Amino acid sequence: MILALMRRTGIFVVSVAAASVAVFLFMAVLPGDPAQVALGINATPELVARTRAEFGTDRPLATQYFDWIGGVLTGDFGRSYVTRDLIGPQLADRLGVTLWLVGAAMVIALLIAVPLGSFAAVRHRKLSGTVISGVSQLGVAVPAFLAGILLVQVFAVQWRLLPSGGWTPPDQDFGEFLRGLILPALALGLVQGAVLTRYVRSAVLDTLREDYLRTARAKGLRPGQALVRHGLRNAAVPVVTVLGLQLTTLLIGAVVVERVFVLPGLGSMLLDSVAARDLLTVQGIVLVLVIAALLVNFLVDLLYTAIDPRLRRS
Amino acid sequence: MFGATLVLALLAAMTACSAGSSVSVPPDPDAISIGFTAEPANLDFTRTDGAAIPQALLYNVYEGLVKLDADGKIVPLLAREWTVSEDRRTYDFRLHDGVTFGNGQPFTAADVKFSIDRVKTEWTISLKSKMDVVERVDVVGPAHARVVLKRPSNNWLFDMTTRIGAMFSPSGVADLATTPVGTGPYAFATRKRGDSIVLRANPSYWGRKPTYTTVYLKYYKDPTALNNALLSNGIDVISAITTPDSIGQFETDTRFTVLQGTTNSEVTLSFNNAKAPLDDKRVRQALMYAIDREAVMATVAANRGTLIGSMVPPTDPWYEDLTGLYPHDPARAKALLAEAGKQNLWLRLRVANLPYAVSSAQVVASQLADVGVSVSIEPLDFPAVWLKQVFTDHDFDMSIIQHVEARDIVTFGNPKYYWGYDNPKVKSLLAGADTGTPEQQVTAMREVARTIAEDAAADWLFLFPNVVAAKKKVTGLSDNLVSESFDLTGLGRR
Repeated sequence: MILALMRRTGIFVVSVAAASVAVFLFMAVLPGDPAQVALGINATPELVARTRAEFGTDRPLATQYFDWIGGVLTGDFGRSYVTRDLIGPQLADRLGVTLWLVGAAMVIALLIAVPLGSFAAVRHRKLSGTVISGVSQLGVAVPAFLAGILLVQVFAVQWRLLPSGGWTPPDQDFGEFLRGLILPALALGLVQGAVLTRYVRSAVLDTLREDYLRTARAKGLRPGQALVRHGLRNAAVPVVTVLGLQLTTLLIGAVVVERVFVLPGLGSMLLDSVAARDLLTVQGIVLVLVIAALLVNFLVDLLYTAIDPRLRRS
Repeated sequence: MFGATLVLALLAAMTACSAGSSVSVPPDPDAISIGFTAEPANLDFTRTDGAAIPQALLYNVYEGLVKLDADGKIVPLLAREWTVSEDRRTYDFRLHDGVTFGNGQPFTAADVKFSIDRVKTEWTISLKSKMDVVERVDVVGPAHARVVLKRPSNNWLFDMTTRIGAMFSPSGVADLATTPVGTGPYAFATRKRGDSIVLRANPSYWGRKPTYTTVYLKYYKDPTALNNALLSNGIDVISAITTPDSIGQFETDTRFTVLQGTTNSEVTLSFNNAKAPLDDKRVRQALMYAIDREAVMATVAANRGTLIGSMVPPTDPWYEDLTGLYPHDPARAKALLAEAGKQNLWLRLRVANLPYAVSSAQVVASQLADVGVSVSIEPLDFPAVWLKQVFTDHDFDMSIIQHVEARDIVTFGNPKYYWGYDNPKVKSLLAGADTGTPEQQVTAMREVARTIAEDAAADWLFLFPNVVAAKKKVTGLSDNLVSESFDLTGLGRR
């Protein structure tokens, strides 16, 4: 058990290190001198040289990499070439927004998927089960940005109940923060909820067909009771796998939803930095996203062992 | 467990607001929030190009010796008054007393010298060359600065109304990208990148105190999100509507006022004058006859713009209506192409990947197809790719872009500019306009405008409209956009 945990942690650390080299090299081979790009076409060569030295881009690649990664380990991502701001605090700020969004969306997705999916599985031969199945199929087909645009049109523009976009930090005004979070989290969460409903349904359906559930029914439990007591934990394993994959999808979906709702999250920061060719910032964001994806994988692995005692022994 | 709590809280918040409260605008009557589409990359316009920084800061945080008023006239600002010598090379500026910077330092003639000299040494944006004409700045007294030019220049005083003329303090330039320090009615307070900039009234401002003590400049990349913000009461003003077909929804809503005027922004179909086949004037003229600019403007700007005929907006003193020069005449276009022996033309139209440019390109391409010119439209990522390939490397036949700077007609005097237009007559007219008296300037500039139009140096499709939508309570917004600033100083409240 301890050994398995250490092995998984080791794999995680090595993956992160490899990813950091890949991200760095990818940015380094892109054409264009950051100093020249930042200063524009009319800068004198002396100023470009001075700025290059200031950025540190005149040093060997290996030195630059270790300097960068050394800084990253202490939370210092460097200073943006374009905005001349420290990247670290920016990243933390933006990541906070995205995590709130993705977290809320995930909660919404789960709250939709687990009850509806189980219900649809238990009643899969009945009309109600088929209807849920069909509606979730429809939900899968709706992209998050479209859901976002529709929600804004109805709740913000027509009824003026909720803001059409913008972000209020939770420590500044918690009520406003929640009101601003509802529509984007719904846009992202409804669609994921629809996807997840289908997985929950099929996982529960598979479990329902297992022998041990029939045994449970035979000793007198009602279908719902049997499922809750013996089935859900088994059905959870495939659902957690999908959940892990979906979290990564949510991070990407957040890029689009952040644009629709004008949220200053990681996604909009990535788009802006790419447009401005702010490579050092892009490098930092991509690294954070890669680490987030690896971290989700790592956690999903740990979660398996928590859910399924059989995996602890192997 | 945490999840359930969060959802309950979300639901509670939703119910709370269905009681009918309005949304998200700070209820403070002394605050105003204004929506923009382009966000500044940083706050240093001395090193970073682009219109977004001066739009937010000029006249609001930074002030110059002179400014442009809403009618496009040069009026005093930090200078009480100024006199021009007989030979028109020496300007004596008398400064206001009791002016201080946001950091408490007094503003004196030494700061004028510091700021003007600094343009030459520390600025990197291309506009810095506008200060090359300055020979030296003398500090005659604390409130008296004298600027001596190498030669007389009308353009110089005009340029002093732009960001080039902004006054800095030696104690306030350490970190311009994040901490701007000026003498203006507002001081920079905070910024949330990707979201907003907050300005607060400067309590020790020397001039008339602004009506709104807090200004939120909110940034929306997506024009629809910007429109929705005003429709849902999220902001008070849209600084400029960039999608003219969405204006109707504000005009029919009694909550809003909509102002419409002109900008300095010529939507220009540029020709590569230096490269075959568009180095042939007959070919360029043929394209001018082939294009129906009224149809372009109807499609792209919902007919809200202004047809201009040359690179001069109606707010410039030398405006002349030249729209009759090239009436839509496909037969004449075909005849000119035949005369030039260029019947099977294939041209690359490499445009910025912005909505107005792409939709203009489609109309232009279909009209040119009618006279037998095939056009391939290539949208390029703006700004990075367009700036590199079209603007810097001149790799294009035609392009479409808004030229937003004031009085940018002078670029036709620079053969290295991306339109590759080289006409000695225009160069000497421009030089004469700059050094002559204001009357001579108007005459010469008129001649320049007419010459480049007759040469078909470019096709000015139309002038982009300035459309401002605002809540009824906001007053003092101007119809026409003449300066590079979104001037907050005149705003009031009903």
